[in-house]
Amino acid sequence: MIQSFFFYFAGATIISSILTVGLRSPVYCTLALLSTLLHVAGLFILLHAEFVAAIQIIVYAGAVLVLYLFVLMLLNLKTTETFLKQTWIALFFGVVIFVEILIGLFKSSIMTTNPLEATEAVTAAPIGNTETIGLSLFTEYLLPFEVVGIILLGAAVGAMVLAKKIPAG
Amino acid sequence: MDLAIRIGIVLAEIAAVLGVVLTHVAYLTYMERKILSDMQDRLGPMEVGPHGLLQPLADGLKLFFKEDIIPTGANKIIFSAAPILVLIPALIGFAVVPFGRDSLVIGEFEITPYITDINVGILYILAFSSLGAYGVLLGGWASNSKYSLLGGLRSAAQVISYELPLGLSLVGPILLSGSLSMVTMTEAQGGGFWHWYVITQPIAFVIYMICAIAETNRLPFDLPEAESELVAGFFTEYSGMRFSFFFLAEYANMILVSCIAVVAFLGGWQAPFSFMEFVPPIVWFLAKVYFLLFFYIWLRATVPRLRFDQLMAFGWKVMLPLSLVNVLLTSIVKYFLNQM
Repeated sequence: MIQSFFFYFAGATIISSILTVGLRSPVYCTLALLSTLLHVAGLFILLHAEFVAAIQIIVYAGAVLVLYLFVLMLLNLKTTETFLKQTWIALFFGVVIFVEILIGLFKSSIMTTNPLEATEAVTAAPIGNTETIGLSLFTEYLLPFEVVGIILLGAAVGAMVLAKKIPAG
Repeated sequence: MDLAIRIGIVLAEIAAVLGVVLTHVAYLTYMERKILSDMQDRLGPMEVGPHGLLQPLADGLKLFFKEDIIPTGANKIIFSAAPILVLIPALIGFAVVPFGRDSLVIGEFEITPYITDINVGILYILAFSSLGAYGVLLGGWASNSKYSLLGGLRSAAQVISYELPLGLSLVGPILLSGSLSMVTMTEAQGGGFWHWYVITQPIAFVIYMICAIAETNRLPFDLPEAESELVAGFFTEYSGMRFSFFFLAEYANMILVSCIAVVAFLGGWQAPFSFMEFVPPIVWFLAKVYFLLFFYIWLRATVPRLRFDQLMAFGWKVMLPLSLVNVLLTSIVKYFLNQM
């Protein structure tokens, strides 16, 4: 039962991510990316990470991608040929990253442990996974969390400075 | 066999909730027209049935049999999919709303007053309601009409701006109840109306109500469909059933945001005083939801529409800082209360 769901979500994720880079119309690409994000959220649910799944949809599908779509529609792009010259560069980096991921996969312990069994240990904990994330974020990973916060604040301030035109004189 | 019965029960519950919600949606349009006409000193629908009671049915039939026109320049696939993309998020949220207290037990099977109680219930609703923006945006874009596109763009900008304070205003009740589950949140507000979070979180409640109106594109925040400037905004080109899907979604969303407000701030199905508990919980729930719906309609009859820059400035410069301050204050107070 769970396995068939896994194969559906995994397959749909792969197909829609291929469509994301393969389709010509920018709006269709964005929709394919939306489908990718939703199916990845489905994978998170299968791994009993409901909190991450919900946040994935709220942040990426509900906010970031809506902004992308917003900008695409404002620009009203037709199929742009200008970016299609990147094929070879993209292919090169794609292969490099793919090989890196493969090496990482075979060196780590992921290949030897069953992920469904591994998550059972987490879900068997007396507190829910939302609490687990909160606790580890604010104890074990406090410094990285704060660093990310400062980086994001910097990005927000930077965006405002760039967008704000200072009147001449 | 066991599994089949369980699946059957869940399917029956889904069908029941959908049927009830859609009936309420149909009669909400009637209620809105009647209340508006009362406030404007006229009669409203009177012809179909006694006091126009069958008007929603007549409207539904009319929309169902109308010709479905797809404009020549439109993107057919996305144009057809957009109304469904709006309607599904509006209906799917009802899966986690607890409508009452008592489960119905038949043999070893338990029929709960909610379809499911997932431990991230509130986030689940927020996640799906944030997807509703896609239908509006895509519908506006696929129509290939400038009014529709402007309406869609306005809606996207508005929904993104007001989603943040909406989510942050719900953090207050989440912090106080210590749970993201709608069922636990309701139970945490038991024992009299002074335990309801509207008493301890008045700022969050006001922020939530304002943002909820903005999220559902209702007056005074109905700029995506402002009829005096954009004809009908993102659904200008829609007709027949597809038009009615947008309509259904708007009213279903109204009911959904009212249900969330009732669960998060008004104690869900809890009675205001313990001696009033002889009234069934579902009655309290419905009474509170309809009170909020009346409030929305009342607001529509009273307040004029905002200008778009006012709307944006209000969202980012007033609502967002206010909700952040509220989260901060609530956390501090909660921390010191836990220390004592």
